[in-house]
Amino acid sequence: MTERVPEDRPPLERVPLTNRERMAIERHPMPERPADIRAHNFEEVNLGYSDLLAIAEAERCLQCRNPKCIEGCPVRVNIPRFIDLLAHGDVPAAAESLLDDNALPCVTGRVCPQETQCEKLCLRAKKGTPVAIGYLERYVADWAQAHPEAMTEHSHSPAGRSVAIVGSGPAGLTAAGELVKLGYAVTVFEAFHAPGGVLIYGIPEFRLPKDIVAREVERLVAEGVRIEKNSVIGKTFTLPEVRERFDAVFLAVGAGLPVFMNVPGENLKGVYSANEYLTRVNLMGAWNRDSDTPVLHGQRVAVVGGGNVAMDSVRTARRLGADDAVIVYRRGHEELPARAEEVHHAEQEGVRFELLAAPVEVLGDDGGGFRGVRCIRMSLGEPDASGRARPEPIPGSEFEIPCEMVVVAIGTRSNPLLTSTAPDLRVNQGGYIEIDQTGMTSMPGVFAGGDIVRGAATVILAMGDGKRAAASIDAYLRGAPAAESAPTSIG
Amino acid sequence: MHKIVAREQLSPNVTRLVIEAPRIAEIRRPGQFVIVRLGHGAERIPLTIADADPEAGTISLIIQSVGKSTMDLVDLDVGGSIEDVVGPLGRPTDLIESGHAVCVGGGVGTAVVYPIAQELHRRGVQVTSVIGGRSREWVILEAELGTAGTVVTCTDDGSYGRPGFVTEAVKDLCEAGGIDAVYAVGPVPMMRAISALTRPYDIPTTVSLNSIMVDGTGMCGGCRVVVDGETRYACVDGPEFDGHTVDFDLLMDRLTTYRQFEQEALARRQACLIPALAASAAAGGDAVSAAPAKAKA
Repeated sequence: MTERVPEDRPPLERVPLTNRERMAIERHPMPERPADIRAHNFEEVNLGYSDLLAIAEAERCLQCRNPKCIEGCPVRVNIPRFIDLLAHGDVPAAAESLLDDNALPCVTGRVCPQETQCEKLCLRAKKGTPVAIGYLERYVADWAQAHPEAMTEHSHSPAGRSVAIVGSGPAGLTAAGELVKLGYAVTVFEAFHAPGGVLIYGIPEFRLPKDIVAREVERLVAEGVRIEKNSVIGKTFTLPEVRERFDAVFLAVGAGLPVFMNVPGENLKGVYSANEYLTRVNLMGAWNRDSDTPVLHGQRVAVVGGGNVAMDSVRTARRLGADDAVIVYRRGHEELPARAEEVHHAEQEGVRFELLAAPVEVLGDDGGGFRGVRCIRMSLGEPDASGRARPEPIPGSEFEIPCEMVVVAIGTRSNPLLTSTAPDLRVNQGGYIEIDQTGMTSMPGVFAGGDIVRGAATVILAMGDGKRAAASIDAYLRGAPAAESAPTSIG
Repeated sequence: MHKIVAREQLSPNVTRLVIEAPRIAEIRRPGQFVIVRLGHGAERIPLTIADADPEAGTISLIIQSVGKSTMDLVDLDVGGSIEDVVGPLGRPTDLIESGHAVCVGGGVGTAVVYPIAQELHRRGVQVTSVIGGRSREWVILEAELGTAGTVVTCTDDGSYGRPGFVTEAVKDLCEAGGIDAVYAVGPVPMMRAISALTRPYDIPTTVSLNSIMVDGTGMCGGCRVVVDGETRYACVDGPEFDGHTVDFDLLMDRLTTYRQFEQEALARRQACLIPALAASAAAGGDAVSAAPAKAKA
């Protein structure tokens, strides 16, 4: 635990620093649990700033008159404002400011790719290192979560209208937080037995502790958001049924189906989708001895893919006892799509990287067991449609990675479970939902956002969609007649 | 929370639980299933909906207690409750509209064919159910199936009904002719054998695959099976498929993924049970008579 400022201590009188003095302060690194210890447990890797580190880092912010960092943020957090309040030692005001803009700051402070968003545009990045905006966000958000009594209670004047949100991941929870603030009666439908979506089943404990997510959800529930777990829209209720009973609907179901490699041997036991592997470990708690849900513990584990999900999977395998946990990625180190911090942490924890390689076959042995995965070396050619160098196999370069387990983390695609029960909902060829510029689908009053619209992306982009959809739903409902009844539940 | 409103032991290791689940009771169709989770730390277990009473708002689940999680579930008594029940999941069975159907149930699979037989009978289809068990005490739902057509009961040891396996009785029915569809649910070797024997007669044969699953919505891909050379998900594309095109070897193999874990979990459960029994016996409790039967199963 980090040391906290005692409640009764008045904010320190501070002499304002000059820009020259601010520029002289170097970026404060995040305190981390040592790699050799954390590689064998599920405790959070990043420990968070202490009070002193947070204020010292906040003082690095130049308070630009025209701050670029805000433009880099998909939910448009007023970054200089909360950092300024923090630099003045007024943490409660900084927390109020942050929570006004961002419904899940404890989450984004941990999982956002700041280096490609706010911090990339920070003026200080031009001549050195950017302000550690993500670390400061986490500090302030964690303070707010630990001090609910210090936060102003918002009472929302009821708008008399109801909104159903399908999916309790980052897009759904963000929209719920925004809409409840506007006074709507919000019901969130979740297919699983616990809310949070990818924040609960996907991102591991060591990167985003589950009690942090649970407390963020509790805060929304305290504000009036109703959560209906175990409700699969498309099965338990159809989308038209939901639409009929609510004034508006926001679809934020994520891109639910795993993509496999389509190579021989892929259905052998011991080959997991990252979705299944991470769900067993995270949501079902298979990392913990008290859980009844099993998961295989390979001594040698190959994880296919180079994104955040691949890093989460390989670091999980390492923690579950893999001596050799290896990333197999078809492009090079530069092209790894994962956050820089995740790659760095994986390297520190002893993860091996087999770059410029792609699996061609999963190999079984004669006894129905598992021998490994046969791969081929790749070289990078001309840029492809995505603008990235196209990997091309080098003939005759096959080699074997011996292992007992393979996790496939090469992406997801749209799940037709919901869309197939709603013939009026227009989807594109890939099965993703089509929306107009306001976020509305082809069904009036039904909006959509997050991965089910844009394809697999990040938590923060989904949250940006949730925030925009909430504003559009508010605008729509101000101009639309109410449904006959405005229930909060359709059970 | 879903309350248990009735509990009945159907065979030495098969129990019927009737639970409150009004929405599912209202809309479920034959062939669909639910996933239940007893409470904190428990597994998610897929179970076919054996029956439903929309008016009472209840569904029946028929559970074979073979491992730690299913034993925990059948230990529940009336008044107890299950924290999570989600569904109805999976596609409903494709049922014929007329003619003669044979519904084959092996062991607890009989609970899956029961709602199918019921609905076929309601549609006016002639139904012959062929069910089996090791011996008389392992036969379940004979009377219930009797309300939905003719029942042929087989026991392996000949202690009741027709001696021998269900496959032999089904073969005789195929020989006699006039069968329009076969619905077979039971252990994988039984479904494979039934599918093999109906193939030469070209009788459409539906089997229900009990692969391992987590979410039941297509998200994890753990339940993947190969049907007609293509990878399909039992949870959303099934659980029922054309038995003539299912890769049963792959299914059998994938079902053994967690065998070692399951055996260890069971051993731990029994190790916990024994001191509890000893304490109960010392205190003059009556747990001794009930618990060994569960432990044995």
